[in-house]
Amino acid sequence: MQPQFVTDYPVAAPPRFSVGEKVRVRKTAPLGHIRTPFYIRGHAGTIERLCGSFPNPEELAQMRDGLPAQPLYRVRFRQKDVWPDYRGSDTDVLEIEIFQHWLEKA
Amino acid sequence: MSDQGTYKPLSYFQLMEVSLRELLVEKGVLTEAQVEETVEDMRRRTPERGAKVVARAWVDPAFRQRLLADGPGACESLGIDVPKLRLVVVENTPQVHNAIVCTLCSCYPRMLLGIPPDWYKSRNYRSRMVREPRAVLSEFGLNLPAEVQIRVHDSTADMRYMVLPMRPAGTEGWSEERLASIVNRDAMIGVDIPKIGKEPPPA
Repeated sequence: MQPQFVTDYPVAAPPRFSVGEKVRVRKTAPLGHIRTPFYIRGHAGTIERLCGSFPNPEELAQMRDGLPAQPLYRVRFRQKDVWPDYRGSDTDVLEIEIFQHWLEKA
Repeated sequence: MSDQGTYKPLSYFQLMEVSLRELLVEKGVLTEAQVEETVEDMRRRTPERGAKVVARAWVDPAFRQRLLADGPGACESLGIDVPKLRLVVVENTPQVHNAIVCTLCSCYPRMLLGIPPDWYKSRNYRSRMVREPRAVLSEFGLNLPAEVQIRVHDSTADMRYMVLPMRPAGTEGWSEERLASIVNRDAMIGVDIPKIGKEPPPA
């Protein structure tokens, strides 16, 4: 899978997930500055694209360099999966950028 | 600016800004000129930049393809400098309507749309746009049929998003400038769609 943006940082590892793959966001609540919204933790979606690899924001928030960079994906969730009482079409979706270390195979 | 006015003490953040700026200049980290240049640069960024990109994408299919695949590269080819911007352009179609939000803070494609409107940063918009987008869009006057898929993009990390709206019917043969005049900021956030009727007459 081609990342949308070329990475100019040392990268931790090759991307583990490919486009269309089912993933689940880890349901955990570590302390610190986290860019994975609470409302999406524990939910399953599909990989929409690999954005590239970027410094880990959780490390950057601690004044460290965030390297090696972590693969960042855009994950697509069905609104009805995220909010059981969602009012709208069954096809409505939500897309969120999530770093690889927050994802596991669903 | 008028010299007359009522004196107001600086707010906490204004005082912080002045103190930090003066300190950085005093220590030789920055010059006053650099600060002014950066402020001017921020002022020059307005939604007209985004509208220019949209209008070009409407008239030039090859540019549109490039914009969707490589947003920053496409902007730079129009002479719009977007340093370090990881721009993802999402395209509206008769089947899909896109809208942008940042639930964690207020990430926004400032290089193309300028300073975000206050409502974009409000807790109301940020929390409700991911939860009940159809209700929020309806409050903006946009009622989309149930068969149109709504795709909400929560910009939580390094990407910035811009919506490429659909070109309205009745604009055939329009110049790029005239097309750009009907593309407003809200249409590029995805809470509005371009309409004809209120645009200035052709030059």
